[in-house]
Amino acid sequence: MAKMQSSLRNMVLSLTLISVGASASLGFVYELTKSPIEISMLNRKLEAIKQVVPAFTNDPNEEMFRLPTGEGDSLDVYPAKNGEEIVGYAVTSYTNNGFSGFIRFAVGFTPDGTIYNITVLEHKETPGLGTKMVPDGTPEKPEFKDQFKGKNPAEFTLRVKKDGGQVDAITAATISSRAYCEGVQRAYNTLEKGGLI
Amino acid sequence: MNQMQNFTKGFLKENPILVLVLGTCPTLATTSSAMNGLGMGLATTFVLIGSNVVIALMKNIIPDKVRIPAFIVVIATFVTIVDLVMQAYVPALYVTLGIFIPLIVVNCIVLGRAEAYASKNTVWSSFVDGAGMGLGFTLALGVLGAVREILGGGSIFGFKFIEGDAILVFILAPGAFIALGYMIAVVNRINKKA
Repeated sequence: MAKMQSSLRNMVLSLTLISVGASASLGFVYELTKSPIEISMLNRKLEAIKQVVPAFTNDPNEEMFRLPTGEGDSLDVYPAKNGEEIVGYAVTSYTNNGFSGFIRFAVGFTPDGTIYNITVLEHKETPGLGTKMVPDGTPEKPEFKDQFKGKNPAEFTLRVKKDGGQVDAITAATISSRAYCEGVQRAYNTLEKGGLI
Repeated sequence: MNQMQNFTKGFLKENPILVLVLGTCPTLATTSSAMNGLGMGLATTFVLIGSNVVIALMKNIIPDKVRIPAFIVVIATFVTIVDLVMQAYVPALYVTLGIFIPLIVVNCIVLGRAEAYASKNTVWSSFVDGAGMGLGFTLALGVLGAVREILGGGSIFGFKFIEGDAILVFILAPGAFIALGYMIAVVNRINKKA
């Protein structure tokens, strides 16, 4: 077949045809991947909640509610229940003050306000420096976030030692450590204001 | 040029990153570990093969004056497919590669091969060209990622062999430039000899 001439009719026709083909195939793939994407997003959320609160039997995602932070924003709170008894709250908190901006956390508290565990859901921190806030340590070799476990922010000052707090900052990543503390503090403040702890 | 040469030219002789120096933005940004480099490379390979084949198929119905928008629509379609599929089936990789998947659309290699090769050659040659170029890109990204991960993190594919920190600068942006510079030098030397 000879090459099509660049007449107006041909150009409109060809671009229309290509766009229709593209939209049709995208629609098809979208339909195909829609439910796997939803499932994988839900699983990630549930996985994160499981990590930060004690074992539960309910579906925290079903019972999710929002609490205002008092700064014109609200955080999602996922109550974890074992039977009827509340064993903890997972709060998705955030900070905008990371070394590379936005960081999102899931922070788990037991009903008395003690931090159970924390996990980072989303961040853009420097690999090898700020990313040290992510992993869990072992009892022999604790990581940054282990110092938060079992502490109650009511008596444990959530600031790095440089700023007069009690948190050991990550070496060469003070900004990330500060942001981390801020995010955890925001989660705690929100729960406290909501009267849950 | 037979198909074998057509396929292997992407590895050394016309390697998209190391010789043509195209698509350096995602190269430098996503190669902080070997796994990320490979993931990015394979995603780009898929887009390259797909867009090369489709463009070679349609080259006769695309008038010259609108060929660039037509190519971009085809490329963007494949990129969105990769984006959705990765989100659905390899969410962990999707989270780390983040913004760079949608940015494959503007990767010069993809448009470059469409314009320079697929719009003038047969479907089969274009397929081979896309596969060769894509795998050459993947190879370069994988090696660069591995070098940076070994030197900067003391690990390979997430497996740690040095306790504590290594030469951190290799994980950061300057290390990407340094490592890429040396890789280009080595490949130029090999190509000169051959």
